[in-house]
Amino acid sequence: MKIEVLGSGCSKCKLLAERTEEAAKGLGLAFTLVKVTEYPDIVARGVMTTPGLVVDGILKCQGHVPAVKAIQDFLR
Amino acid sequence: MGMETNGCACSVPTPAPGPGFWKSGGWLLAALPAWVALYLGLKPLADWLAFRVLGLQPGSRLGEAVAFFAYDGPKVLLLLGFVVLGVSFVQTFISPERTRDLLAKRTGAWGNLLAALLGIATPFCSCSAVPLFIGFVRVGVPLGATFSFLVSAPMVNEVALFLLLSLFGWRIALIYTATGVAVAFLSGWIIGRLRMEGHLEPWVMDIPFEASVATGGPSGLPARLAVSVEGVRDIVGKVWIYILLGIAVGAFLHGYVPAEFMVRFMGRSAWWSVPLAVLIGVPLYANAAGIIPIVQVLLAKGAALGTTLAFMMAVTGLSLPESVILRKVMRPSLLAVFLSVVAAGIVLVGFLFNLLM
Repeated sequence: MKIEVLGSGCSKCKLLAERTEEAAKGLGLAFTLVKVTEYPDIVARGVMTTPGLVVDGILKCQGHVPAVKAIQDFLR
Repeated sequence: MGMETNGCACSVPTPAPGPGFWKSGGWLLAALPAWVALYLGLKPLADWLAFRVLGLQPGSRLGEAVAFFAYDGPKVLLLLGFVVLGVSFVQTFISPERTRDLLAKRTGAWGNLLAALLGIATPFCSCSAVPLFIGFVRVGVPLGATFSFLVSAPMVNEVALFLLLSLFGWRIALIYTATGVAVAFLSGWIIGRLRMEGHLEPWVMDIPFEASVATGGPSGLPARLAVSVEGVRDIVGKVWIYILLGIAVGAFLHGYVPAEFMVRFMGRSAWWSVPLAVLIGVPLYANAAGIIPIVQVLLAKGAALGTTLAFMMAVTGLSLPESVILRKVMRPSLLAVFLSVVAAGIVLVGFLFNLLM
Protein backbone atom coordinates (compact mmCIF):
# COMPACT_ATOMS: atom_id res chain seq x y z
CA MET A 1 0.00 0.00 0.00
CA LYS A 2 1.32 3.41 -0.94
CA ILE A 3 0.44 6.26 1.38
CA GLU A 4 1.25 9.86 0.53
CA VAL A 5 1.02 12.78 2.92
CA LEU A 6 0.82 16.06 1.01
CA GLY A 7 1.97 19.31 2.56
CA SER A 8 4.81 21.76 2.54
CA GLY A 9 5.92 20.89 6.05
CA CYS A 10 3.75 22.86 8.44
CA SER A 11 2.87 21.49 11.86
CA LYS A 12 -0.41 20.00 10.65
CA CYS A 13 1.35 18.05 7.90
CA LYS A 14 3.79 16.57 10.40
CA LEU A 15 0.94 15.62 12.70
CA LEU A 16 -0.92 13.91 9.84
CA ALA A 17 2.20 11.94 8.89
CA GLU A 18 2.68 10.80 12.49
CA ARG A 19 -0.93 9.76 12.91
CA THR A 20 -1.03 8.00 9.56
CA GLU A 21 2.02 5.97 10.46
CA GLU A 22 0.47 5.07 13.80
CA ALA A 23 -2.78 4.11 12.09
CA ALA A 24 -1.09 1.93 9.48
CA LYS A 25 1.09 0.19 12.04
CA GLY A 26 -1.94 -0.38 14.24
CA LEU A 27 -3.62 -2.21 11.37
CA GLY A 28 -0.47 -4.23 10.71
CA LEU A 29 -0.35 -3.11 7.08
CA ALA A 30 2.56 -3.42 4.71
CA PHE A 31 2.96 0.18 3.52
CA THR A 32 5.29 2.84 2.30
CA LEU A 33 4.75 6.38 3.51
CA VAL A 34 5.94 9.22 1.32
CA LYS A 35 5.86 12.90 2.24
CA VAL A 36 5.06 14.99 -0.80
CA THR A 37 6.36 18.46 -0.04
CA GLU A 38 6.87 20.17 -3.42
CA TYR A 39 4.04 22.44 -4.50
CA PRO A 40 3.82 21.20 -8.13
CA ASP A 41 3.41 17.62 -6.90
CA ILE A 42 0.78 18.65 -4.37
CA VAL A 43 -1.20 20.63 -6.91
CA ALA A 44 -0.98 17.83 -9.48
CA ARG A 45 -2.90 15.59 -7.06
CA GLY A 46 -5.78 18.05 -6.99
CA VAL A 47 -5.21 19.24 -3.44
CA MET A 48 -6.03 22.85 -2.57
CA THR A 49 -5.75 22.79 1.19
CA THR A 50 -2.98 20.96 2.94
CA PRO A 51 -2.42 18.60 4.59
CA GLY A 52 -3.79 15.93 2.25
CA LEU A 53 -3.82 12.17 2.50
CA VAL A 54 -3.60 10.03 -0.64
CA VAL A 55 -3.88 6.25 -0.41
CA ASP A 56 -2.95 4.23 -3.50
CA GLY A 57 -3.52 7.26 -5.68
CA ILE A 58 -6.90 8.20 -4.24
CA LEU A 59 -7.37 11.43 -2.28
CA LYS A 60 -8.92 10.53 1.07
CA CYS A 61 -8.93 13.78 2.96
CA GLN A 62 -7.56 17.30 2.87
CA GLY A 63 -7.48 20.44 4.94
CA HIS A 64 -7.65 18.81 8.33
CA VAL A 65 -6.01 16.12 10.44
CA PRO A 66 -8.42 13.27 11.25
CA ALA A 67 -8.13 11.11 14.35
CA VAL A 68 -6.11 7.88 14.10
CA LYS A 69 -9.31 5.81 13.99
CA ALA A 70 -10.69 7.84 11.11
CA ILE A 71 -7.42 7.41 9.23
CA GLN A 72 -7.65 3.65 9.78
CA ASP A 73 -11.03 3.71 8.05
CA PHE A 74 -9.36 5.32 5.03
CA LEU A 75 -6.67 2.64 5.01
CA ARG A 76 -8.97 -0.37 5.20
CA MET B 1 -28.62 1.20 44.33
CA GLY B 2 -30.19 4.46 45.40
CA MET B 3 -29.77 6.08 42.04
CA GLU B 4 -32.50 8.66 42.71
CA THR B 5 -30.74 10.16 45.71
CA ASN B 6 -27.29 9.93 44.23
CA GLY B 7 -27.03 12.41 41.36
CA CYS B 8 -23.57 11.32 40.26
CA ALA B 9 -23.84 9.99 36.74
CA CYS B 10 -20.55 8.17 36.96
CA SER B 11 -21.76 5.58 39.43
CA VAL B 12 -24.98 4.77 37.60
CA PRO B 13 -25.11 3.47 34.07
CA THR B 14 -27.44 6.03 32.48
CA PRO B 15 -28.99 4.70 29.32
CA ALA B 16 -29.72 8.03 27.64
CA PRO B 17 -26.30 9.59 26.95
CA GLY B 18 -24.38 6.31 26.61
CA PRO B 19 -20.75 5.99 25.55
CA GLY B 20 -21.57 7.03 21.98
CA PHE B 21 -22.94 10.30 23.27
CA TRP B 22 -19.72 11.09 25.13
CA LYS B 23 -17.57 10.06 22.23
CA SER B 24 -19.50 12.15 19.74
CA GLY B 25 -18.87 15.34 21.68
CA GLY B 26 -21.22 15.07 24.64
CA TRP B 27 -18.33 15.88 26.95
CA LEU B 28 -18.16 19.29 25.34
CA LEU B 29 -21.73 19.96 26.42
CA ALA B 30 -20.89 18.80 29.93
CA ALA B 31 -17.82 21.06 30.03
CA LEU B 32 -19.86 24.16 29.23
CA PRO B 33 -21.09 24.89 32.81
CA ALA B 34 -17.54 24.46 34.10
CA TRP B 35 -16.36 26.92 31.47
CA VAL B 36 -18.98 29.50 32.46
CA ALA B 37 -18.25 29.08 36.18
CA LEU B 38 -14.53 29.54 35.62
CA TYR B 39 -15.12 32.59 33.44
CA LEU B 40 -17.38 34.25 36.00
CA GLY B 41 -15.08 33.38 38.88
CA LEU B 42 -11.93 34.76 37.29
CA LYS B 43 -12.08 38.26 38.74
CA PRO B 44 -12.40 37.26 42.43
CA LEU B 45 -9.88 34.49 41.82
CA ALA B 46 -7.34 36.92 40.35
CA ASP B 47 -7.82 39.42 43.22
CA TRP B 48 -7.48 36.63 45.75
CA LEU B 49 -4.26 35.46 44.13
CA ALA B 50 -2.72 38.93 43.89
CA PHE B 51 -3.78 40.43 47.21
CA ARG B 52 -4.12 37.43 49.50
CA VAL B 53 -1.76 34.73 48.28
CA LEU B 54 1.00 37.07 47.10
CA GLY B 55 0.13 39.67 49.73
CA LEU B 56 0.37 42.63 47.37
CA GLN B 57 -1.24 45.95 48.26
CA PRO B 58 -4.55 46.69 46.47
CA GLY B 59 -4.12 49.99 44.64
CA SER B 60 -0.35 49.61 44.42
CA ARG B 61 1.20 49.53 40.96
CA LEU B 62 2.63 46.04 41.23
CA GLY B 63 -0.49 44.69 42.89
CA GLU B 64 -2.79 46.06 40.19
CA ALA B 65 -0.48 44.84 37.42
CA VAL B 66 -0.42 41.30 38.81
CA ALA B 67 -4.18 41.27 39.39
CA PHE B 68 -4.74 42.54 35.83
CA PHE B 69 -2.55 39.80 34.38
CA ALA B 70 -4.07 37.04 36.48
CA TYR B 71 -7.53 38.13 35.35
CA ASP B 72 -6.99 39.10 31.73
CA GLY B 73 -4.70 36.23 30.69
CA PRO B 74 -7.06 33.35 31.51
CA LYS B 75 -10.05 35.41 30.37
CA VAL B 76 -8.72 35.93 26.86
CA LEU B 77 -7.60 32.30 26.58
CA LEU B 78 -11.02 31.04 27.69
CA LEU B 79 -12.75 33.31 25.20
CA LEU B 80 -10.40 32.30 22.42
CA GLY B 81 -10.95 28.60 23.07
CA PHE B 82 -14.69 29.04 23.00
CA VAL B 83 -14.69 31.13 19.85
CA VAL B 84 -12.29 28.91 17.94
CA LEU B 85 -14.36 25.85 18.82
CA GLY B 86 -17.54 27.41 17.46
CA VAL B 87 -15.94 28.81 14.35
CA SER B 88 -14.02 25.63 13.53
CA PHE B 89 -17.30 23.75 13.74
CA VAL B 90 -19.08 26.12 11.37
CA GLN B 91 -16.13 25.97 9.00
CA THR B 92 -16.41 22.21 8.61
CA PHE B 93 -19.43 23.05 6.45
CA ILE B 94 -17.56 25.47 4.18
CA SER B 95 -14.94 24.08 1.84
CA PRO B 96 -12.40 26.05 -0.19
CA GLU B 97 -13.52 24.05 -3.22
CA ARG B 98 -17.05 25.38 -2.94
CA THR B 99 -15.74 28.92 -2.53
CA ARG B 100 -13.55 28.39 -5.58
CA ASP B 101 -16.46 27.15 -7.68
CA LEU B 102 -18.62 30.08 -6.59
CA LEU B 103 -15.93 32.48 -7.78
CA ALA B 104 -14.97 30.76 -11.03
CA LYS B 105 -15.57 32.86 -14.14
CA ARG B 106 -17.01 35.66 -12.02
CA THR B 107 -15.41 38.66 -13.63
CA GLY B 108 -15.87 42.28 -12.68
CA ALA B 109 -16.21 44.06 -9.36
CA TRP B 110 -18.87 41.67 -8.01
CA GLY B 111 -16.38 38.85 -8.18
CA ASN B 112 -13.97 40.88 -6.07
CA LEU B 113 -16.62 41.74 -3.51
CA LEU B 114 -17.83 38.14 -3.26
CA ALA B 115 -14.25 36.91 -2.94
CA ALA B 116 -13.51 39.39 -0.15
CA LEU B 117 -16.67 38.33 1.72
CA LEU B 118 -16.06 34.59 1.26
CA GLY B 119 -12.54 35.14 2.54
CA ILE B 120 -13.99 35.87 5.98
CA ALA B 121 -15.71 32.53 6.37
CA THR B 122 -13.62 30.07 4.38
CA PRO B 123 -11.08 28.13 6.42
CA PHE B 124 -7.61 29.25 5.41
CA CYS B 125 -4.13 28.49 6.60
CA SER B 126 -1.24 30.43 5.14
CA CYS B 127 0.66 27.19 4.58
CA SER B 128 -1.99 26.32 1.95
CA ALA B 129 -1.69 29.67 0.19
CA VAL B 130 0.16 28.29 -2.85
CA PRO B 131 -2.01 25.25 -3.68
CA LEU B 132 -5.10 27.36 -3.03
CA PHE B 133 -3.86 30.15 -5.27
CA ILE B 134 -3.17 27.72 -8.10
CA GLY B 135 -6.46 25.92 -7.57
CA PHE B 136 -8.32 29.21 -7.89
CA VAL B 137 -6.46 30.54 -10.91
CA ARG B 138 -6.53 27.27 -12.82
CA VAL B 139 -10.29 26.78 -12.68
CA GLY B 140 -10.82 30.29 -13.98
CA VAL B 141 -11.24 32.48 -10.92
CA PRO B 142 -10.05 35.89 -12.15
CA LEU B 143 -6.65 36.93 -10.81
CA GLY B 144 -8.15 40.01 -9.15
CA ALA B 145 -10.80 38.00 -7.30
CA THR B 146 -8.14 35.51 -6.21
CA PHE B 147 -6.21 38.36 -4.65
CA SER B 148 -9.28 39.77 -2.97
CA PHE B 149 -9.73 36.39 -1.33
CA LEU B 150 -6.06 36.11 -0.44
CA VAL B 151 -6.08 39.49 1.28
CA SER B 152 -9.30 39.10 3.20
CA ALA B 153 -8.85 35.49 4.39
CA PRO B 154 -5.99 36.05 6.85
CA MET B 155 -6.87 39.64 7.71
CA VAL B 156 -10.58 39.49 8.44
CA ASN B 157 -10.74 36.09 9.96
CA GLU B 158 -13.38 34.93 12.34
CA VAL B 159 -10.98 34.65 15.27
CA ALA B 160 -10.00 38.31 14.99
CA LEU B 161 -13.63 39.22 14.62
CA PHE B 162 -14.93 37.46 17.68
CA LEU B 163 -12.04 38.57 19.83
CA LEU B 164 -12.54 42.18 18.77
CA LEU B 165 -16.21 41.78 19.48
CA SER B 166 -15.73 40.37 22.95
CA LEU B 167 -12.90 42.70 23.98
CA PHE B 168 -13.79 46.01 22.34
CA GLY B 169 -17.46 45.72 21.46
CA TRP B 170 -19.40 45.48 18.22
CA ARG B 171 -18.51 48.90 16.86
CA ILE B 172 -14.79 48.29 16.52
CA ALA B 173 -15.39 44.72 15.32
CA LEU B 174 -17.74 45.98 12.61
CA ILE B 175 -15.38 48.77 11.58
CA TYR B 176 -12.48 46.36 11.31
CA THR B 177 -14.51 43.91 9.22
CA ALA B 178 -15.96 46.51 6.89
CA THR B 179 -12.65 48.23 6.24
CA GLY B 180 -10.81 44.93 5.91
CA VAL B 181 -13.27 43.76 3.27
CA ALA B 182 -12.97 47.15 1.55
CA VAL B 183 -9.17 46.89 1.39
CA ALA B 184 -9.39 43.32 0.06
CA PHE B 185 -12.01 44.32 -2.51
CA LEU B 186 -10.12 47.36 -3.73
CA SER B 187 -6.66 45.84 -3.93
CA GLY B 188 -7.97 42.79 -5.77
CA TRP B 189 -9.92 44.99 -8.13
CA ILE B 190 -6.87 47.15 -8.91
CA ILE B 191 -4.66 44.11 -9.50
CA GLY B 192 -7.36 42.75 -11.82
CA ARG B 193 -7.49 46.00 -13.78
CA LEU B 194 -3.72 46.03 -14.14
CA ARG B 195 -4.01 42.74 -16.08
CA MET B 196 -1.02 41.10 -14.49
CA GLU B 197 -1.82 37.52 -15.50
CA GLY B 198 1.48 37.40 -17.38
CA HIS B 199 3.43 38.09 -14.22
CA LEU B 200 2.74 34.72 -12.66
CA GLU B 201 5.53 32.18 -12.57
CA PRO B 202 5.09 30.07 -15.73
CA TRP B 203 4.77 26.75 -13.89
CA VAL B 204 1.54 27.90 -12.28
CA MET B 205 -0.31 27.63 -15.58
CA ASP B 206 1.81 24.85 -17.12
CA ILE B 207 1.86 22.05 -14.59
CA PRO B 208 -0.66 19.25 -14.88
CA PHE B 209 -3.64 20.11 -12.77
CA GLU B 210 -6.79 18.36 -11.81
CA ALA B 211 -9.60 20.30 -10.16
CA SER B 212 -10.71 18.32 -7.17
CA VAL B 213 -14.32 18.35 -6.14
CA ALA B 214 -15.24 19.23 -2.59
CA THR B 215 -14.27 15.95 -0.98
CA GLY B 216 -12.10 15.08 1.89
CA GLY B 217 -13.70 17.29 4.52
CA PRO B 218 -15.03 15.77 7.72
CA SER B 219 -18.57 14.42 7.66
CA GLY B 220 -20.86 13.42 10.48
CA LEU B 221 -21.20 15.18 13.82
CA PRO B 222 -18.45 13.29 15.72
CA ALA B 223 -15.91 13.92 12.97
CA ARG B 224 -16.87 17.59 12.75
CA LEU B 225 -16.56 18.02 16.51
CA ALA B 226 -13.25 16.18 16.50
CA VAL B 227 -11.96 18.58 13.84
CA SER B 228 -13.22 21.54 15.89
CA VAL B 229 -11.44 20.34 19.02
CA GLU B 230 -8.34 19.84 16.91
CA GLY B 231 -8.71 23.43 15.73
CA VAL B 232 -8.77 24.67 19.31
CA ARG B 233 -5.70 22.65 20.19
CA ASP B 234 -3.89 23.85 17.11
CA ILE B 235 -4.69 27.58 17.36
CA VAL B 236 -4.64 27.99 21.13
CA GLY B 237 -1.51 25.84 21.28
CA LYS B 238 0.16 28.14 18.78
CA VAL B 239 -0.85 31.56 20.09
CA TRP B 240 -1.23 31.25 23.86
CA ILE B 241 2.33 32.31 24.53
CA TYR B 242 1.94 35.46 22.41
CA ILE B 243 -1.32 36.29 24.09
CA LEU B 244 0.13 35.92 27.56
CA LEU B 245 3.21 37.92 26.57
CA GLY B 246 1.01 40.64 25.12
CA ILE B 247 -1.09 40.77 28.27
CA ALA B 248 2.00 40.75 30.49
CA VAL B 249 3.33 43.77 28.62
CA GLY B 250 -0.14 45.24 28.86
CA ALA B 251 -0.35 44.59 32.60
CA PHE B 252 2.99 46.27 33.12
CA LEU B 253 2.06 49.32 31.06
CA HIS B 254 -1.34 49.36 32.73
CA GLY B 255 0.25 50.11 36.08
CA TYR B 256 3.38 52.01 35.13
CA VAL B 257 2.77 54.02 31.98
CA PRO B 258 0.47 57.06 31.94
CA ALA B 259 -2.63 56.68 29.82
CA GLU B 260 -1.63 59.50 27.46
CA PHE B 261 1.77 58.02 26.74
CA MET B 262 0.96 56.80 23.21
CA VAL B 263 -0.79 60.01 22.20
CA ARG B 264 2.43 61.61 21.06
CA PHE B 265 3.49 58.65 18.92
CA MET B 266 0.23 57.16 17.77
CA GLY B 267 -2.27 59.90 18.45
CA ARG B 268 -4.42 61.49 15.81
CA SER B 269 -2.27 64.56 15.38
CA ALA B 270 0.80 62.48 14.49
CA TRP B 271 -0.18 61.90 10.86
CA TRP B 272 3.08 60.12 10.03
CA SER B 273 2.28 57.41 12.54
CA VAL B 274 -0.13 55.66 10.13
CA PRO B 275 2.40 54.86 7.38
CA LEU B 276 4.97 54.15 10.08
CA ALA B 277 2.66 51.68 11.82
CA VAL B 278 2.14 49.90 8.49
CA LEU B 279 5.87 49.83 7.76
CA ILE B 280 6.54 48.31 11.16
CA GLY B 281 3.59 45.93 10.87
CA VAL B 282 4.35 44.39 7.47
CA PRO B 283 7.52 42.44 8.34
CA LEU B 284 6.02 41.38 11.67
CA TYR B 285 3.96 38.29 11.55
CA ALA B 286 1.40 37.35 14.10
CA ASN B 287 -1.81 35.48 14.08
CA ALA B 288 -4.75 37.84 14.56
CA ALA B 289 -5.25 36.48 18.06
CA GLY B 290 -1.67 37.21 19.01
CA ILE B 291 -1.85 40.86 18.02
CA ILE B 292 -5.05 41.74 19.84
CA PRO B 293 -3.58 42.13 23.35
CA ILE B 294 -1.04 44.59 21.93
CA VAL B 295 -3.85 46.46 20.22
CA GLN B 296 -5.67 46.56 23.53
CA VAL B 297 -2.69 48.22 25.19
CA LEU B 298 -2.16 50.73 22.39
CA LEU B 299 -5.79 51.84 22.43
CA ALA B 300 -5.85 52.10 26.21
CA LYS B 301 -2.76 54.29 26.20
CA GLY B 302 -4.09 56.87 23.80
CA ALA B 303 -3.23 55.54 20.33
CA ALA B 304 -5.69 56.64 17.68
CA LEU B 305 -8.15 54.06 16.39
CA GLY B 306 -7.17 54.47 12.73
CA THR B 307 -3.47 54.06 13.45
CA THR B 308 -4.11 51.01 15.60
CA LEU B 309 -6.39 49.38 13.00
CA ALA B 310 -3.77 50.01 10.32
CA PHE B 311 -1.11 48.39 12.48
CA MET B 312 -3.27 45.36 13.11
CA MET B 313 -4.17 44.93 9.44
CA ALA B 314 -0.54 45.26 8.37
CA VAL B 315 0.57 42.60 10.84
CA THR B 316 -2.14 40.08 9.98
CA GLY B 317 -2.74 40.81 6.29
CA LEU B 318 0.80 41.22 5.02
CA SER B 319 3.81 39.35 6.23
CA LEU B 320 7.33 38.50 5.24
CA PRO B 321 6.92 34.70 5.51
CA GLU B 322 3.77 34.79 3.40
CA SER B 323 5.50 36.93 0.79
CA VAL B 324 8.31 34.39 0.57
CA ILE B 325 5.75 31.65 0.01
CA LEU B 326 3.83 33.66 -2.59
CA ARG B 327 7.05 34.45 -4.44
CA LYS B 328 6.94 30.82 -5.63
CA VAL B 329 3.87 31.54 -7.76
CA MET B 330 4.34 35.17 -8.73
CA ARG B 331 7.15 37.18 -10.23
CA PRO B 332 8.71 39.97 -8.16
CA SER B 333 6.78 42.55 -10.19
CA LEU B 334 3.39 41.11 -9.21
CA LEU B 335 4.48 40.53 -5.63
CA ALA B 336 5.62 44.15 -5.38
CA VAL B 337 2.33 45.42 -6.81
CA PHE B 338 0.41 43.19 -4.42
CA LEU B 339 2.32 44.36 -1.35
CA SER B 340 2.21 48.04 -2.23
CA VAL B 341 -1.46 48.10 -3.23
CA VAL B 342 -2.53 46.39 -0.01
CA ALA B 343 -0.21 48.53 2.13
CA ALA B 344 -1.57 51.68 0.47
CA GLY B 345 -5.13 50.52 1.15
CA ILE B 346 -4.34 49.95 4.80
CA VAL B 347 -2.72 53.39 5.16
CA LEU B 348 -5.84 54.91 3.59
CA VAL B 349 -8.06 53.14 6.13
CA GLY B 350 -5.87 54.47 8.94
CA PHE B 351 -6.12 58.05 7.71
CA LEU B 352 -9.84 57.75 7.13
CA PHE B 353 -10.58 56.65 10.67
CA ASN B 354 -8.27 59.12 12.29
CA LEU B 355 -10.13 61.78 10.34
CA LEU B 356 -13.63 60.53 11.14
CA MET B 357 -13.43 59.34 14.71
